[in-house]
This record gives sequence, structure tokens and C-alpha cells, in this order.
Amino acid sequence: MCLSVPAQVIEIEPSGWKARVDYLGSVVVVGIALLENVELGQYVLVHAGEAIQLIDMETALDGIALWKEMIDKT
Amino acid sequence: MNILTYRDGELFQQLCQKMIPFLQAYTHKMGRKFRFMEVCGTHTVAFSKTGVREILAPYVDLVSGPGCPVCVTAQTDMDQMIAYAKEKDVIVATFGDMMRVPGSDSDLSRERADGADVRVVYSASGAVEIASQNPKKQVVFLGVGFETTAPGVALAIQKASRERIKNFFVFSAHKLTPPAVRVLINDSEHQLDGFLLPGHVSVIIGRAGWTFLEESNQTAVIGGFEPIDLLTSIYLLATNMMSGKPCVLNHYPRIVREKGNQKAQAVLHDVFQVAPATWRGFGEIPQSGLAIHKHYRSIDATETIPIQKPITRTVKGCRCGEVIKGKETPFQCRLFGTACTPEKPIGPCMVSSEGTCATYYLFEEEKELVKP
Repeated sequence: MCLSVPAQVIEIEPSGWKARVDYLGSVVVVGIALLENVELGQYVLVHAGEAIQLIDMETALDGIALWKEMIDKT
Repeated sequence: MNILTYRDGELFQQLCQKMIPFLQAYTHKMGRKFRFMEVCGTHTVAFSKTGVREILAPYVDLVSGPGCPVCVTAQTDMDQMIAYAKEKDVIVATFGDMMRVPGSDSDLSRERADGADVRVVYSASGAVEIASQNPKKQVVFLGVGFETTAPGVALAIQKASRERIKNFFVFSAHKLTPPAVRVLINDSEHQLDGFLLPGHVSVIIGRAGWTFLEESNQTAVIGGFEPIDLLTSIYLLATNMMSGKPCVLNHYPRIVREKGNQKAQAVLHDVFQVAPATWRGFGEIPQSGLAIHKHYRSIDATETIPIQKPITRTVKGCRCGEVIKGKETPFQCRLFGTACTPEKPIGPCMVSSEGTCATYYLFEEEKELVKP
């Protein structure tokens, strides 16, 4: 059930209720009514046909950088 | 940086080299392994599929918890879902995982083979579409899932109500995850050092949904599902447990916010009300289920579609209830791998793609992985 996958928004329907998203080449239509202000190019987490959260890429990068710091410390 | 960086093999290896010595030192100091529970079924699969469980096995016993909504669906609810399928002029719409879960006498797949109209949908809104395309039939959507899934179902209920789709109904077996974790922390038989909390439930409820664990002196980490997430989450659990200070850490901040998804919470609040629910293995847990609010009574299948209450019987020998609570491993069930396999499942833990038994059957060998 918890098969959430990250996907990139490539088109938002005029009604604002749905969007086409690209998950590594697969394009599907998902609902976006659980999110505010979805924009093209953003990454969203999709679960059971609904986008449930925006993925914060900056925070994602920071997270990796922190762990890389740990490795660089001798 | 792309989405897959948290899968980077080289970085993972380097982190292992840094972190494993810490785990080694801690377990040496304690004279025993760490014992953490991964609450979520998707974590169970992730640990097994990536091999991280095996890498950590010398230092950490990872106990699988009740975070598989299909697995914790009570037998009585399963029988009721199957009973809807038997009704004339009813189309049952369901997520795919439910199709082969055995009820007391049948399953949805078998009912479909016998002529029942049972359809797999990828979202609740798909079921609403089926209802609008089939006005002469009653469409019953089986609402199974935790806080991650329930908002999507709530949206579908709002849509059906708004568009006056009068032949769409929902049977809600939705459940809330924190109450089950509460039961586990109060269970003195469990000797758990901490909890790896479900990443995507936490997307909805936020870190705020788990702060009660700090008050109960627990160590908990909200983690993601990629290999680097898994390894670093366990490392953080171990270091924080050793420091002795209770905490609930958000280690999935790229997706989990402090207050979660408040729009999703508002939708849940509108459509559902908290109610007692019966869980496989746990029995009734108060305030752990989502019943459809009386505003939407006309969409609640239990209020509007009368069916004869089916007779439920338990299957002898099935240990799903104990596996779900983390009290036993699949290897301790006599039916595991013999009478009960993914091809011929006896219990839901072997059917669900997130079920502990299905996961262990596919990915684990019986070694000294976990001792209760």
C-alpha cells in the first residue's frame, strides 16, 4: 500500500485538480488536490493516485552533504 | 543530485565503513544487539530487498511491526468485503493487494472467478469513475490503508458527494498507526530499544503526530526507504538510544514536515471520524480507526448496503497476528513456506506485497536473524 514514488510534474490540468507526472519515464495522471501551489518541474511524492507531498530538493541535497561530511572527517 | 542519490552504492559503502564500527562498539558495550522495530511494511520490504537487514544483522535485530494495512485487516472485515462481492448488482472496487487475502471461506479473486464483479483500481477516484460509468450498479470501494492512503479516499468521497454520484459507497477499514505503536510501547513483553517510524504516514501526520513517544521515553526516528536512508536511520536510532535521551527525530526532512500535510489532515477531518477498530493480532484498539462521518452517511456502505453478517472463523496454525505485533518471525510459523506460500497463502502476511511473511519468503533465509 505504501508504494509512494517520487515523480516530476510535467503538466498541470487546467482545472487544477490533476497533473501529469513523470516517474523515471512512466507518465501518469495523479490528483494534486492535497497540495497547495504545485508547479511544473517540481518533484512530488505520489501514493495511490494522489500526490501527497512536494519533495524539497534542497533539503535532500543538504542531507547527502551532511553524510558526505562524516565520511570526509578522518 | 537526483532522486536516486540516496541509492548511491559507493556512498552507501563508505557510510557503512564509518557507521558499522560504532554499532560494533555499542553492542560490545551493551553485551547484546540492538532491537528496533520497523513499524512500516514498506520498510520491512526495503530492508530485505536491499540487503541492509543482513548487513546490520550482527548488531541489530530488526523486528517487523504492524504497518501493513492489508495484514492488520481483521478477518471479520475481510469476510464482510467478500460478502459485498457476492451481492447482486454490486461492483467491488479495491486495491490489488486485497484480491487474494483469504477470508474464512473465500477470497475476492475466487469470487471474481465465480462471476462476481470485482475490479482492481489504483486510486479511490478510479472507483468513483466506475460508479459514474455504471449507474445501475452499486460500487463499493474497499477502504484499506493508513494515514497515507485515507486522504485520497476522503477526496473521492468528497467528489462523489459534490457530483451527487449516488451509487458510490465506501467500506472503511482505514486505520491510524500511532495507536498501534502505543499498544506496543505499553507491552512489557516487547524489549524494544526504539522505533523506525513510517516515512509516508509521517508525510501526512508530521513529526508532530509522534511526539507522544518522547513523553513515553522512547527513541524514534522517522526514516525514508532508500538504502542510505535505511542505514543512517538505524545509525541514528542506535546513537540516540545510547545517549539515553528520548527523542523523535525527523530523518526524512526532504518529504516529512513538522506538521505534516495539513490540507490532507483537513480532508480527513471532514470525511472521517476516529472510532474504535479491530486489528488482526491486536483485537480492538480504541480510537484507532477511521469511520465515515455521519455527514457522508449515504456513502458509508455499512449504513446503506445491508448484507447478512458473515460467519468468521480463524485459521488454525496461522501466526499472522503474532508476526504483525513483532512477537514472532515468519520462520516460527509452522505453516510458513510449507502450507503457506505466496502461491497458496493462508494468511494476509503472505499475500500483501508489504507482508512480513511474503518479504521473508522472497528475501530472507532462516539464520539467526531475529530472536524474540
